[in-house]
Amino acid sequence: MSDNGLSDLERIKADSRLLRGTLIESLADPVTGAISEDDNKLLKFHGSYQQDDRDLREERRKQKLEPAYQFMVRARLPGGVLSPAQWLSFDHIVRTWANHTLRITTRQTFQLHGILKRDLKRSIAAMNEALVSTIAACGDVNRNVVASANPVATPAHRLAYRWAERLSEYLKPKTRAYHEIWLDEKRVAGGEPESEPLYGPTYLPRKFKIGVAVPPTNDVDVFAQDLGLIAIIENSELLGFNIAVGGGMGASHGDASTYPRLGSVLGFVEPEQLLRTAEGVIEVQRDYGDRKERKHARLKYTIDRMGLSAFKAELERRLGFSLQPSRAYRFDHNGDRYGWTEGDDGRWHLTLQIESGRLADGPGQPHLSGLRAIAQVHQGDFRMTCNQNLIIANVPSTQRDRIDALVTEYKLDGYRRLSGIRRHAVACVALPTCGLAMAESERYLPQLLPRLEALLDRHGLRDEPILLRLSGCPNGCSRPYLGEIALIGRAIGRYDLRLGADFAGQRLNRVVRENIDEAEILAELDALFARYAVERHDDERFGDFLVRSGVLAAARHPIDVEVFA
Amino acid sequence: MTAASLLPLPEDKHPLVARLVDGLEAPALQWLSGYLAGLATQRQAGGKNATNEPAAAPEAQARLTVVYGSQTGNAKRLAEDLGRRASAAGLAVRVVRADAYSTRELKQERLLYVVISTQGDGDPPDDSRALVEFLASARAPKLDALRYGVLGLGDSSYPNFCAIGRQLDDRLATLGAQRLFAAGEADVDLETVSQPWLDQALQQAREQLKASAPLAKVTTLRTARTTPAWHRDQPFQAPLLLNQRMTGRGSDRDVRHLEFSLEGSGLRYAPGDALGVWPRQSPALVDAVLHTLHLDGEATVRVAEEEHSLRTWLAHHRELTLLTRPFFTAHAERSGDASLQELLLPASRDALSALFSRWQVLDLLRKHPGEWTAETLVAALRPLAPRLYSIASSQSVVGDEVHLTVSHVDYTFEGEARWGTASRYLAQHAEGESAPVFIEANERFHLPADDRDIVMIGAGTGVAPFRAFVQERAERGAGGRNWLVFGNPHFHSDFLYQTEWQQALKNGSLHRIDLAFSRDQAEKRYVQHGLLEQGRRLYEWLDAGAHVYVCGDANRMAKDVHKALVAIVAEHGARSTEDAEAWLNQLIQQGRYARDVY
Repeated sequence: MSDNGLSDLERIKADSRLLRGTLIESLADPVTGAISEDDNKLLKFHGSYQQDDRDLREERRKQKLEPAYQFMVRARLPGGVLSPAQWLSFDHIVRTWANHTLRITTRQTFQLHGILKRDLKRSIAAMNEALVSTIAACGDVNRNVVASANPVATPAHRLAYRWAERLSEYLKPKTRAYHEIWLDEKRVAGGEPESEPLYGPTYLPRKFKIGVAVPPTNDVDVFAQDLGLIAIIENSELLGFNIAVGGGMGASHGDASTYPRLGSVLGFVEPEQLLRTAEGVIEVQRDYGDRKERKHARLKYTIDRMGLSAFKAELERRLGFSLQPSRAYRFDHNGDRYGWTEGDDGRWHLTLQIESGRLADGPGQPHLSGLRAIAQVHQGDFRMTCNQNLIIANVPSTQRDRIDALVTEYKLDGYRRLSGIRRHAVACVALPTCGLAMAESERYLPQLLPRLEALLDRHGLRDEPILLRLSGCPNGCSRPYLGEIALIGRAIGRYDLRLGADFAGQRLNRVVRENIDEAEILAELDALFARYAVERHDDERFGDFLVRSGVLAAARHPIDVEVFA
Repeated sequence: MTAASLLPLPEDKHPLVARLVDGLEAPALQWLSGYLAGLATQRQAGGKNATNEPAAAPEAQARLTVVYGSQTGNAKRLAEDLGRRASAAGLAVRVVRADAYSTRELKQERLLYVVISTQGDGDPPDDSRALVEFLASARAPKLDALRYGVLGLGDSSYPNFCAIGRQLDDRLATLGAQRLFAAGEADVDLETVSQPWLDQALQQAREQLKASAPLAKVTTLRTARTTPAWHRDQPFQAPLLLNQRMTGRGSDRDVRHLEFSLEGSGLRYAPGDALGVWPRQSPALVDAVLHTLHLDGEATVRVAEEEHSLRTWLAHHRELTLLTRPFFTAHAERSGDASLQELLLPASRDALSALFSRWQVLDLLRKHPGEWTAETLVAALRPLAPRLYSIASSQSVVGDEVHLTVSHVDYTFEGEARWGTASRYLAQHAEGESAPVFIEANERFHLPADDRDIVMIGAGTGVAPFRAFVQERAERGAGGRNWLVFGNPHFHSDFLYQTEWQQALKNGSLHRIDLAFSRDQAEKRYVQHGLLEQGRRLYEWLDAGAHVYVCGDANRMAKDVHKALVAIVAEHGARSTEDAEAWLNQLIQQGRYARDVY
């Protein structure tokens, strides 16, 4: 914390000359594979994090070598859509400079891991050549805008995607630093002075996330977004959006002043009001957000501190118009629907299950190669989902057999045989690259799933869809607080067990046991599965059962929240 | 002995030394050398502020040291709190983070408090890994004079609650230190345990520091040996303290950092000196030779007044990996193989040297069978010689230790493992086992006066003496600048002592570093390329009196570096190539351009 009480990051941003810092010097320093601490913070705004292979940390310390520094690069792909040509570019980049894997994130984009400092610039430049930027994919700005990947209703997807793109473009930082550092753009001498009209020189107090959902599908987990947009469509016509504010997943262990929060539905706006409304919400957060304590800087805390009605009043004052009362909507699920679906334009979409979103060439599982082969023949596009899955979209019916043959050949057809829990499992990256991870997540999922499946089998629940979310730390990239079952890492091999979210992303789970190991987790779940199998009502979901049956009380928001909806 | 060979002395002192020792008898000289050695030890311990008083009591002894290891800041806060309270009570105290604490100081400590957290289920905080590891290791010294207290912090929801605090508390006692009071184990509700502990710690510190009267003056001087007790023919059995691979995963070489103890040997060395190591042949290789020649290893063999079993001769006294011309010649005769005879003709010179670089003794014996008796074999093989390794440490920093940087020569030849005798002997040496060693002085490669700049050019393990140089100059507070030029195949895995160089750059004991990683880009890049890029700067340094040192491979690196230096002196000194050569030769004459190449 600096002298004026602001968090150190505020000083770094303010001194950065709109995100330039000393990144160019840091990248050129030959003595280390790292960049300076301050530049590290700024690099995030450019879409990259410095990480290190934590598996090797101890070994390399003894070898008197610095940690195995490497960089994660995250793309900005609004709505998670990309073309086959773009797919092939990513495939080339990861096989040339990264760790030969593509990672689909829970925010519908690609993360590339394991890029060395000397290869960072050319990797980012190569992405830009494929017309994909990385700017603002991380950092205290509006991040990648997610949108329902809905493969069922073509117009609904088109609409959600179009708005995600417009919001993404409208809210993008205006600094030219990105172009100078990664794309060798020369600064124009005596040109217009540069400015950030929306963000200002210190950007936002914290990250900001927007998601667009089209009911009844809540695959973006709209209530986990800082700004959630619920499209209201009647007779195929977009009337506007309900806006939900203050959702967010992150919390810290043992700190009750931090908590996950679901977005509060604030009202309804018409389509032409949407960009200005989003901008207004960001302005209020920019001006009222906590810049002293980053743990309390997300919009959810700003709102809880101001009170929802005061927040709404301030927003409306800035907008110069009132929000209309919110419209009725209904969500029925937040997972993905696998397999082929036909859009109403006669094109077909194939949703594949990708475990933890990781595309690699594993033993007997040549998934990365398989998607390369598909991208070479595919005539439509690709869509990533917020559940880390992949849709091969807009396939003409004449191409279906060809795609199917490749999917089978490259063992991408697991979705046909999966258990209910496997179809609904999400895991964050965690070890060895994530600096925040306290426990395994992505690497643990393949060990945990068969053990859970064995229990479910025993109780005749193998095909029951159950949302499982695994997280290596409490910050919540896998949106664990919305899992019917969630494990949140405390230490290697130890997790908090949380239970009881609903199946549509509208109720948080609650902690049941803290800091327990796998044996205890399995014992706990075995007993609950046994009761669920016997006592459940027809079509009752696991999380709903736990709450109805009184096994758990429904989670309450840690403070009393006014409800407008 | 002449004053001129006392290289570490400033030149203006040379005549004074000459006058001082002129006409003195051996006992007086011995006393003088002991006196000076004692003075040196004391200056080392006392730092730069040491007075000329021969025997002042070190101040460290009346002081409380609080070492903390902290992940989230709690241990730090408590340690600093204790420091403030002790200081307010008028006690001499210092608070040090574990990774800033030099473990060499442990022996001198009299009162030590450790405040340390345990992460998760039994891990030390990141800043304490090295300290915890050091204390747990065989390298940890006896601490009979130490009194201590430990405050552990932890989270009792983990089975191994406060494991690290407990471990240190036990270990310090095992090392002979006296526990003043029971260790505290503070849970998430810190204060419940920490406050009473702090009160007690403060109370004890008051009593301990008050009780310890100023220590008697140190009057015994280290007795210098006129001839070292240990030398080449009578090596010291030095226990290996640490055998650490330094090359990271993915490296195609295995470079070891080795630390030996010289404790009790009285051996002294200067930066630039070498450590001689007497290796032994691997039993597997000895067996293979015996088997190939159908000889009995237990047969007694007498050669030149010495008698051993054949196996002992081969394992301890004969080269078995290096193929030499005399042995090759002898074997060519015994095998009667015309192709071998042909290789000995002058016209086959290149073919023979190519063969020597690939084949070892065993390869020759197998490919071209010949009859040997035990006696003729022992007589024909070259006697085993000790290997000399440039020392990678400064004794003023590591005390009774000596460090080496050794590349394990280990490869496959026609499907079979082959190795270098000594590097394998060392690389496979277990910690705790001893090796026969001695010091081989290398006066040509010693440091210049403190105010001179130095340029250190080393590729691969050639960086070893420069670690010693930088350690020594940092310890001495030498004013001259230090510039390192280092090369190896890969940045990621082969940047030897990377974290130490980074630290040295940060704390100003290394002023410049240039790097050449040959295989990190399409074009091969070696140290000479780094030199040429910095040609102007290098010439300026040399012209202003800098000393330049080159260490490493003699065949290619040293030659390429020399060529680069000639080119640089020619270009930036506006000289012809001949004049540049002459100018560099002059530097060599003056001892300003020194090479330690092998």
